[in-house]
Amino acid sequence: MIGIGIVKGLVQTAKNLIGTYTDKERLVTIEYPEERQPLTEATRQFPFLVYDGDDPMKGLRCTACQICEKECPPKCIYIVKSKDKRVDYKGQNQFYPAIYDIDYSVCMSCQICVEVCPFESIKMDTAFELSTADRFGGLLVNKHQLAKSNTHYHQIHPTEAAASDEAMNLERAKAAAKAKADVEAKAKAAAAKAAATPTASPEASPELPKPAAALPKMPM
Amino acid sequence: MASLDQIFVTLKEQLVQLFPAVLQPYVGVLLSIVAIMAVFPGIFALTTVVERKLLARFQNRPGPNRVGIPLTKIRLAGFGQFAADGIKSLTKEDIIPRNADRKVHFIAPFVLVVPAFLALSVLPIGRNMTALDFPETGLLFFFAIGAATELSVFMAGWSSRNKYSLLGAMRGIAQMLSYEIPLILSSLTVVMMVGSLSLVTIVERQTSVQWGFFHSWHVFTPWGFAGFLLFLTAACAEANRTPFDLPEAESELVAGYFTEYSGFKFALFFLGEYLGMFAISGVAISLFLGGWSAPFTFLDWVPSWLWFFGKLFAFILFFIWLRGTLPRLRVDQLMNLAWKFMLPMCLLNLLVVGVWHFTAEWNELLRWSLATVLLAGPYWLFSRSFEARFKPRTYRYAADSPAAPVVAPVAPQVPI
Repeated sequence: MIGIGIVKGLVQTAKNLIGTYTDKERLVTIEYPEERQPLTEATRQFPFLVYDGDDPMKGLRCTACQICEKECPPKCIYIVKSKDKRVDYKGQNQFYPAIYDIDYSVCMSCQICVEVCPFESIKMDTAFELSTADRFGGLLVNKHQLAKSNTHYHQIHPTEAAASDEAMNLERAKAAAKAKADVEAKAKAAAAKAAATPTASPEASPELPKPAAALPKMPM
Repeated sequence: MASLDQIFVTLKEQLVQLFPAVLQPYVGVLLSIVAIMAVFPGIFALTTVVERKLLARFQNRPGPNRVGIPLTKIRLAGFGQFAADGIKSLTKEDIIPRNADRKVHFIAPFVLVVPAFLALSVLPIGRNMTALDFPETGLLFFFAIGAATELSVFMAGWSSRNKYSLLGAMRGIAQMLSYEIPLILSSLTVVMMVGSLSLVTIVERQTSVQWGFFHSWHVFTPWGFAGFLLFLTAACAEANRTPFDLPEAESELVAGYFTEYSGFKFALFFLGEYLGMFAISGVAISLFLGGWSAPFTFLDWVPSWLWFFGKLFAFILFFIWLRGTLPRLRVDQLMNLAWKFMLPMCLLNLLVVGVWHFTAEWNELLRWSLATVLLAGPYWLFSRSFEARFKPRTYRYAADSPAAPVVAPVAPQVPI
């Protein structure tokens, strides 16, 4: 009969009405600014630059290689290389970014910069409350704003950060091993040279005596 | 308690006495107008918040709970929302489409709101509390004035020069004209029994005590109950409330006939719709639910106006409840319901009223069973034939999976 379905529906909605007051499980709404849902580990918003140690600018892993700048599909990264070099985590002399800007209003969160970075330097951040009154300057962030510590990275993406650290340790170990090998090779070469010098004539290394020979020619 | 019951009447009399005798009738009229213009829009403001909150609860949401007193942490559980909405609609730009018929477009919201206020003025909202007491024609005046809303809907839809507006207006006209008939026929039963078109007389007739403890409201009779349900359904359609909100179907027609209205004119349409709902609820209360009278004699000490507004709030809550429950009808279903179900039931109800009138001396039980059988039997038969139309639609070409049974073509539907 007409009306029975209506009554059934009315009962159902009445259950909802009363249930929302008695049963907290029914109200699934999270009242956002006060309540927050924990972010999932795969959350990603915009990139940031990782630094090690205490000083963000000194510990920045970025070497201004500009791969990310070239790969960025919407071209939201702008890098200017430094004039001087400094020692990086592997103990190699590297450039560092004099300017590193990302325009968040252009960034499309594709994570390609993270994929291509060979130095584990750029990673995705989870901060999403980035609204600003200044839509041009407010969303153009420089390297000081971008720099975030490795501990921050560990907090937001623990698994990924651990993997990143492991990769870096591997690199470091490789570099150390290579340096050691180099030193050993150098020592070996030196030893070989040292062993070879007594038998070979002094002409075997003609470069070395030359300056010595040239020296007397110079007017003193 | 009689003083509390008549507090507004005596207050008005005393206020009027302050003026010279020449001005007194005008001041009296003005006071009534001010009261109606203050109370019902106030209820409207409250209703908008309550509706949003309740609809949310019906859908397991918390609803608006933010807006409170500005610059403080007081949130009033969201009941400041109506002020925010009002300020928003007042300060928004009033856009008139370039191709619109400017004059008609301007007049349409007023044609909706003014009759709504006039319709509210004939309601007996308490003992001796009727602003416009027509001794012979109260109900007639109500329906005559109520018909102006159709005009407003079509004016708005036509003058906007917008396809959605026009579609909404056409639906609105078809729906309102169709449902006007069951509305009037179902209220005619009360007029037949009482023998008066005056709403005040109709309410007073329902205050007579039956079996020593309850007032003989019309809804406590078989014809009154059927008439009440029919009236309620038709009232839903007249007030454009769900499930009959086709004229402003948001999901199909943007906003229906007031698509092209913004700012304060939109707010006026909104107000007019709600005032129309209050007015028609008030008439339903006066016709079937005993107006300002208490249900039981031992509750007579509660002031009469409190009973009226209590019943009005109950109606508003019920309409909100319905809105939170029922989906919208299709146009053909809407028309079928009006012409093939409600109209026959209304005519049958008129017959039952006649039977009830002429069997007044019969045994009460026999009289009740006769009237009940006369109403329930055809109701069952009508709904059987009617529900055959309400089967879920099957689409021949949409059922693409081979597992789906081959469906015979749907029997041709009767066009509206």
